[in-house]
Order: sequence, then C-alpha cells, then structure tokens
Amino acid sequence: MDVISLSALDLGIAAMFVCVLSLLSLLLSLGLEWKILIFSCRMTVQLLLIGVVLRFLFADSSLVMVALMSMIMLLAAGREVLARQNIRLKGVAGYVIGTGAMFISSFSVSFLALVVIIGVEPWYTPQYAIPLLGMLLGNTMTGVSLALDRMTDQFHKERFVVEQRLLLGQTWQEASSDIRRDSMRTGMVPIINSMAAAGLVSLPGMMTGQILGGTPPIEAVKYQILIMFLIASGTGFGVISAIWMAGYRLFDKRHRLCLEYLTSYNR
Amino acid sequence: MVRLSQSIFPRQNNCCRLRVENLRFLVNGPYSFVLKEEECVGLSGRSGIGKTQLLRAVTDLIPHTGQLLLDGVSIGSFSAPMWRSRVTMIPAEPLWWYNSVGDHFSTDISTESSREKFAAVGFAEDILQWQVSRLSTGEKQRLALIRGLCNSPSVVLLDEPCSSLDGYHTTLVETFVLDYLHRNKASLLWVSHDLDQLQRLSDRVLCMEKNALIEKTV
Repeated sequence: MDVISLSALDLGIAAMFVCVLSLLSLLLSLGLEWKILIFSCRMTVQLLLIGVVLRFLFADSSLVMVALMSMIMLLAAGREVLARQNIRLKGVAGYVIGTGAMFISSFSVSFLALVVIIGVEPWYTPQYAIPLLGMLLGNTMTGVSLALDRMTDQFHKERFVVEQRLLLGQTWQEASSDIRRDSMRTGMVPIINSMAAAGLVSLPGMMTGQILGGTPPIEAVKYQILIMFLIASGTGFGVISAIWMAGYRLFDKRHRLCLEYLTSYNR
Repeated sequence: MVRLSQSIFPRQNNCCRLRVENLRFLVNGPYSFVLKEEECVGLSGRSGIGKTQLLRAVTDLIPHTGQLLLDGVSIGSFSAPMWRSRVTMIPAEPLWWYNSVGDHFSTDISTESSREKFAAVGFAEDILQWQVSRLSTGEKQRLALIRGLCNSPSVVLLDEPCSSLDGYHTTLVETFVLDYLHRNKASLLWVSHDLDQLQRLSDRVLCMEKNALIEKTV
C-alpha cells in the first residue's frame, strides 16, 4: 500500500484544531494560548528542519556526521530538561547532570541495541541510529526532567524534615532516601503507563508509522516491542543516575543540605 | 527560686564535655562557651538573634568556622553523622515523616528502659501504634525529645522544648531531661525565652547578643 501524501492544506486543517484549543485556553483563562501557538510553530519548524537534515544525513552516512547529529540532539535535550524544572540546580551542574544522565542511559542503550540486537552494518547507519536515539532521548528527557523537578521541589519543601533526620545521625543517603525514591518513581511512571496501555489503548507512533509505510503489522509490532523495552530501560537508567548525581550535588562532605545550589526559576 | 538540677542531683565533677571557640556562622559570632559534664546551661536572647542558628552550627548543619571539641576531640575527627549522634539538637518544631509513631524510632524501643522513657513524659504503652496525625503539638514535642535521645547523645541542645506544653507536662519534661543529664553524664544547652525556667534548671544562663554570649547571674 502506498503512503497517502499529505498536502499543506491537510496540515493546515490539523493546525486549525490547535488554534481552536488556543482560543479555548484564552476563554478559560488558562494562560496557555501563546504557549500553544508558539510551541506548535516551533515544533513545525523543528520537524521540517530535521526532515531536511535527515535527507542530507542519509545520503552521507559517515560516523562523524551521525556523532555530530547525536551530540546536537543530546545538548538540546539537556537544555529542555533544565527548562522544565521550576526549581533547578544552579550553574553548569544542573545542565551537566541532566545531560550526563541522558548520555549514560540513551547512548549506551542505543549503542548496545544497534550492535547486539539489530546488528545493522555499520552500526551507526543513520536510518537506524538517529530515529532510535531520538526516541530514547525523547522519553528519557521526559523521565529525567520529571524526576529532577520532583526532587528539587521536594528538597525545597521538605528541607526541615531532611535536617531533622540528619540530626538523628542519619547519613545524607538515609535522610533523603524517601525523596529520592519518590522522585525516581515519578520519573518512571510515564513509561510504565505507556507500556501498560500499549496495544490496548494506544498504538505507539513508530509502529503506526511503519504500518502506514507498508510494513507487515507483525514486523512493526516486533520493532515496537524492542523500542518499548529500550525506552523503558533507558529512561529508568537515566532517571536513577540523574537522581544520584543531583543528590551528591545537594549535600556537601559534612552531610549538610546545600539549598544554595538551587535556584527558583519559572519558565 | 528552686534550682531543680542542684536540688535533685548533686554536682559530680567539672570535666569539659563540649568546647566551642570563636564559632562564626552566617554573619554571627564569634561565640565561645563550654558545656561541662552534667551541666545544664540556659541560653536566652531576643527573637531572631540567632539562637537556633547557633545550635545548627554546633550540630554542623550549617557551614561555620572556629573550634568545636567534644571531650577534647575536634569535630574534624568525627564523621558528620557520628558528630550529630553525639551532639544532637531537639528542634522547637519537630517534624514527622512516617504515618506511624513507631516507625520514627530506629533503635530498640521494646525494652523496659525505653518504655520507662515514654512513661516518664506522660505516654501510655500503646503510643508507638498511634498515627502521627492523631498527635497534638505538645505530644509531638514530647515524643521528639525521646526520639532525639535514642542515640544517647553526650551533648543535647534543646530549642525551646516546652514551648507547646502545659505546666504539668513541662515539669515532666524538665525532670526527664535532667534525669537523662545525670544518668548519662551528658551536657545540656537549654534555649528558652522563659527566664524563670532557665533559672530553675540551669547552672548558668548565657544571654546571646549579636557577637557575644554574656553570662547572666542566676
């Protein structure tokens, strides 16, 4: 089955729905009307740009170009993680922790999947590497940003609880264990919910895309199962490492809670 | 004025337990004082002068400079958790993070001596099964005292420990704390705005100023 090509008019009709949503936001005083419009435009420009970039990348599939593209995606994801936190870590630490956690999880899981599971030659073939990394980074980004936002917010609100636990002779790991555990759960809930609903309620985007592109459903499902496993493990590793690194940052060598490393920031 | 500490418990020796020299924190200090073994020292001063911050600095919860010595050993020789187990602070507004009272007590509380502690401050045996949400402010304050003393600290810094208590329970707490002081050969720094209470309990009373601790005559 050939894919039905979408015209500009088709996309324009879909954009009308977003305009109606923006109008509703205005009428209900949600304060989101400009955000809806701006981020819709931003998303459109970003996707059109990536379409051009991918066409260029697929034509010249060198390791350097794939690595460069991956780094740009990682740095953009790191910035997005930081921007999604109301109270965030000051200075470069906030950026490095989020970006580092995503690098550790998404890159290692993508690399292993490309080399061990998919076995594509060469392993950095952009048709496989870039979409895979993109899906992993996108989901890990959501998990890490939710977890870090929850953690910094909880430390800000529960600082006296943490101090009183420290006063009982607890280490910083013990005194902050509940907050860190809760933050890790918060970061992992979206992907766990996605797994629970996949196939029953929702048909994931990649699988839908493959089916629309003519791939047999069973093949599309196998790829989707693989992706879901990779996303779940990548998000989990990213969330756990981000919370650990942020925990180390928020306490000093004398097990003192250093809230001066946090800043209040509203997007 | 009855000095409870002297009338009930005879003084035994003058061994220095905690020595604080030129302690500076935030914009306060330098402060110097010593707490001797089995000594209760009162600390007063106007609101906002930094009494609680002084206690937080001594327990190493906030950055500070100066010398802190416990039994002649510098704070640097202790890990932070070990120091806070030996030099602890009972906050004026104790907080609770689990639903059940019993979950907040990490050490063995099923022993006879532990049950005596709860009884000494006016609690029935089933208190550990209570939900924290059921506790009044005063009950939380009395329980926090026992929770803070579970590690048998050598130095106890009490931040207005009777601020939410009636007269009857204030007497129970005062007796309990002074009993702990002498049984464990500990030292106490008792912060309060109630000068009558400080004179009744303390061997000395220090008045906190911005950059000095001035000893008041009891």
